[in-house]
Amino acid sequence: MKELCYPFDSAYIIKKKRSIKKALLADGSQRIEKRIAVLGGSTTGDIVATLELFLLDNGIQPAFYESEYNAYWQDAMFGNEELDSFKPDVIFIHTSNRNITETLSMVMTREQVDEALDRQLEHFTVMWKKLSEKFGCAIIQNNFELPLYRLLGNRDAYDFHGMTSFISRLNEKFCEYARDNKNFYISDINYLSASYGLEKWSNPLYWYMYKYALCLEAVPYLSHSVANIIKSLYGKNKKAFALDLDNTLWGGIVGDDGVDNLALGEETATAQAYREFQLYVKKHKELGVMLSVCSKNEEENAIAGLNHPDGWLRPDDFVNIKANWDPKDRNISAIASEINILPESMVFVDDNPAERAIVAGQLPGVAVPEMDTVENYIRTIDRNGYFEVTSFSEDDLKRNEMYIANAKRAKQQASFENYEDYLLSLQMSAQICDFEPVYIDRITQLTNKSNQFNLTTKRYTPAQMQEVYESDSYIRLFGKLSDKFGDNGVVSVVIGKKQDNELHIDLWLMSCRVLKRDMEYAMLDRLAEESKKQGITKLKGYYYPTAKNKMVKNLYSDFGFEKLSEDEQGNAVYELDISGYERKCKVIEF
Amino acid sequence: MLSERQVYERLNDVFRDVFDDEDIEVDASTVADDIEDWDSMMHITLIGAVEDEFGVRFKMGEVSTMKNVGEMVKIILDRA
Repeated sequence: MKELCYPFDSAYIIKKKRSIKKALLADGSQRIEKRIAVLGGSTTGDIVATLELFLLDNGIQPAFYESEYNAYWQDAMFGNEELDSFKPDVIFIHTSNRNITETLSMVMTREQVDEALDRQLEHFTVMWKKLSEKFGCAIIQNNFELPLYRLLGNRDAYDFHGMTSFISRLNEKFCEYARDNKNFYISDINYLSASYGLEKWSNPLYWYMYKYALCLEAVPYLSHSVANIIKSLYGKNKKAFALDLDNTLWGGIVGDDGVDNLALGEETATAQAYREFQLYVKKHKELGVMLSVCSKNEEENAIAGLNHPDGWLRPDDFVNIKANWDPKDRNISAIASEINILPESMVFVDDNPAERAIVAGQLPGVAVPEMDTVENYIRTIDRNGYFEVTSFSEDDLKRNEMYIANAKRAKQQASFENYEDYLLSLQMSAQICDFEPVYIDRITQLTNKSNQFNLTTKRYTPAQMQEVYESDSYIRLFGKLSDKFGDNGVVSVVIGKKQDNELHIDLWLMSCRVLKRDMEYAMLDRLAEESKKQGITKLKGYYYPTAKNKMVKNLYSDFGFEKLSEDEQGNAVYELDISGYERKCKVIEF
Repeated sequence: MLSERQVYERLNDVFRDVFDDEDIEVDASTVADDIEDWDSMMHITLIGAVEDEFGVRFKMGEVSTMKNVGEMVKIILDRA
């Protein structure tokens, strides 16, 4: 919803939160349900109300538990029936520097201040550990905003007696904990409050009057930021850019002005702004965000512009370039389908409001940030948090390269008449085996991101995945696929639960980047072999339809499973006797 | 110069927006108990929305001592 995109009209969002919620609930979109416990060290009413809006806008239907005022610590440490039975998927701990319990004094020694710091940290770590043991769910913890006043002036920042120094050190300790503990995330209110303006953010009137740790107008910024972490955890991040060219990646019209006259480089203020924006866009490649071009241009001119000597971007940075005169919504749909993602996973970046309006109208779900003037481009995209990074795998680093290799495969495919010959020509080899610790992050990430080739769409938190990994009751497989064009990394995951002589397949997913490569047959072959070894005679497969996984509706039938039942919603159960199983995959070595 | 009638008209719209209820009519004697959803959280929203509408800022003491809508209007007329 446009009203919920940065930059916000906070007063409007807070005032109209009820009608905005109604509109979101009535928009007919599909949402996953998540249970969110908000444990506050100050008032949380409007934080919960606006968090709900941002989550609804990101495809998540939240149910909330809200602690009593300032009862975060009691709730966490001593439990509470309501919270226990609520079974949160996510816990958000909203504390601020108003919740710092240690006091500092100039007579304290360095050792005494260090002890105070340790005590203060301990106050939080015991709580995190307790919550994590009890609920095993994601924990999102605010760090601290800087203090509103500085007794020592500038010296407050470096003298160990200073509260500014104390808070900065405490924040670093929080970050250390986040680095060392999975499923623990920092909500960086230190950055948010600085960006918003600390004086306004910490306006004490809201504390004295309402026990709000931040001013009311800043609340949507906080909620938006927390919602970004949550939507990222559940695989709702955007995955790719569709970028316009003229007056978006450079100033001017390449077809009219010519490459030499574009504003791009170090010559003028405008040229510098476009150059910096290109670098900002390019850096997303390392995060696994895919870049594509969607521009009304002759392709030849587009390529010439992308080869501008002062630009950061080059034609081969893009997984897909659509420079033509077709409507942009059609090009975006085409790009999405060619790189096997959904249109709603794209961010469309275009300076032209008319083009943005068409795309927003034709493809609801595509993010369409308001690109007004080039000096604001980076901020507008950055603050929207489309690509919030909560997990990062080796795979993300290489994603663009992998998709570009895919494009080369597609070219090669055209030169073969027989598809099997083409597959053989790829010289594919796979590693398919039980989970290995180095791949657990990627495996968990896949369970939360894969929507299309996913039979049960079962999601796993890192803690749940660890449990599966450590248990004897499962047969687990991950599959890596490489070929002569490159390594695709971990692309498929299967988890089956053993029960007597049957294996119940809880999860079967595959990344769409390796569709139609017969990788699913290789996975089945290995699953059957491994199952036989462990005395299993029957595989039980389950298909639960969602709005996105129609492509695997008949997967088990295609595999030769027998359908045992299917209800009105289409939930189906299949079975395969594997006593006489023979390998099906002929094109991959594994 | 804002007339008292104008203030009430605009205030009425703010109330309707905030409580998402088109039937609300406020007058000088309206208090929190008269509107079903007017709890402490909605009070904060309401104060913010009124400040925004009239471009005024209530002082801390005023928010805590305002007894009814009439007193709110008086402050707005004094300041806007």
